[in-house]
Amino acid sequence: MKTCLVVDDSRVVRRVARQIVEDLGFECIEAEDGKQALEQCLIKMPDCVLLDWNMPVMTGIEYLRELRKVEGGNSPMVVFCTTENDMSKIMEALAAGANEYIMKPFDSDIIRSKFEQVGVL
Amino acid sequence: MRDADFEIFRDYMKKSSGLVLTPDKVYLLESRLLPVAKENGFSDLADLAVIIKQGTDAKIMKQVTEAMATHESSFMRDGKPYERFEKIILPQIMENNAASKKIRIWSAACSSGQEPYSLAMLMKEIGAKLDGWRIDIFATDISDHILDKARDGTFTQFEIQRGLPIQYLVKYFEQNGEQWRIKQDVKSMVRFQNLNLLSNIAHIGEFDVVFLRNVLIYFDVPTKAEVLQKVRDVTDDKGFLVLGGAETVMGISEKWKLLKGHNGLYLPADGNFEALEQKCAGISI
Repeated sequence: MKTCLVVDDSRVVRRVARQIVEDLGFECIEAEDGKQALEQCLIKMPDCVLLDWNMPVMTGIEYLRELRKVEGGNSPMVVFCTTENDMSKIMEALAAGANEYIMKPFDSDIIRSKFEQVGVL
Repeated sequence: MRDADFEIFRDYMKKSSGLVLTPDKVYLLESRLLPVAKENGFSDLADLAVIIKQGTDAKIMKQVTEAMATHESSFMRDGKPYERFEKIILPQIMENNAASKKIRIWSAACSSGQEPYSLAMLMKEIGAKLDGWRIDIFATDISDHILDKARDGTFTQFEIQRGLPIQYLVKYFEQNGEQWRIKQDVKSMVRFQNLNLLSNIAHIGEFDVVFLRNVLIYFDVPTKAEVLQKVRDVTDDKGFLVLGGAETVMGISEKWKLLKGHNGLYLPADGNFEALEQKCAGISI
């Protein structure tokens, strides 16, 4: 079973995202911020990451830059899922190594479509 | 809604757009047409039915036809038809038209433009291979209202997220607050026109490929056959027809035949299947 790491400081968003990714057939792991997410990745790299931008301790973009530096850190498909919807932020995310980008609010169709595009579905 | 009124709307829709309405669609009819009735100062659908039966108010009749049309669409919808376009259809058209260097595409029932714009962006991505080629993307729909939106090329955040790869958004769209507008160089590749598939379409020209996806599902069998014949008449003998994945010509038309192994991709029945099947042998989609 493929694994999806859901990184968001909102418990509600994590719960909704967990439901969606589990329905898509993933095993879901959760993290509340970028630091926790990085720790999870160092134990075992997930197949994909659904990543919020604004979080305490370590933001999504900081986490992504660190992830891409560590051994094996290029393998997870990272899909940002954030309220940041400016073109400049999207370009910043892509430059940091994001594979796809979702602007909140999201639904299961959007997540499915993005996961298909990055090849994890 | 009274049975008699339902029958008036049902018969009118069949005649005006080919749409088949069964009694279980009464709710759909009421939800789509009540706003039209109110807009024209009627208190309910019975008055609107009277106007439709009289058949003299062209403006209201057009509003009814437009309100009942389905406008479900998304960028790169279903993915595979675009892959087939890139890997099978386009190379074959380029081989067929090497002398004229022209590619003629018809997106029939294009709704708010996601399909023709997706094709235009795909052509842009292909890039240098198409240098010197003249590309004509002709996009039609029965609804003026939806064509206005298509021509404008502005989409909501929700619309651009369904199917559009983020790299395409960055390259081919400009942000305008919460909206996203397709760039002029992509927009200018597509020409939009109002067209009813049940009308005489012989004047629209000849095409190398016709995208007619998720349209036939709304028609009854005789109307499907009529549309498939008309589309055949405006398709090059070496051309292609792309239908929705759930649609078939089986038992409806002998003018088209499925390309084996490629759901939704059809060739004129007398086309050179053997040669194309050989070319497609190594292509997995």
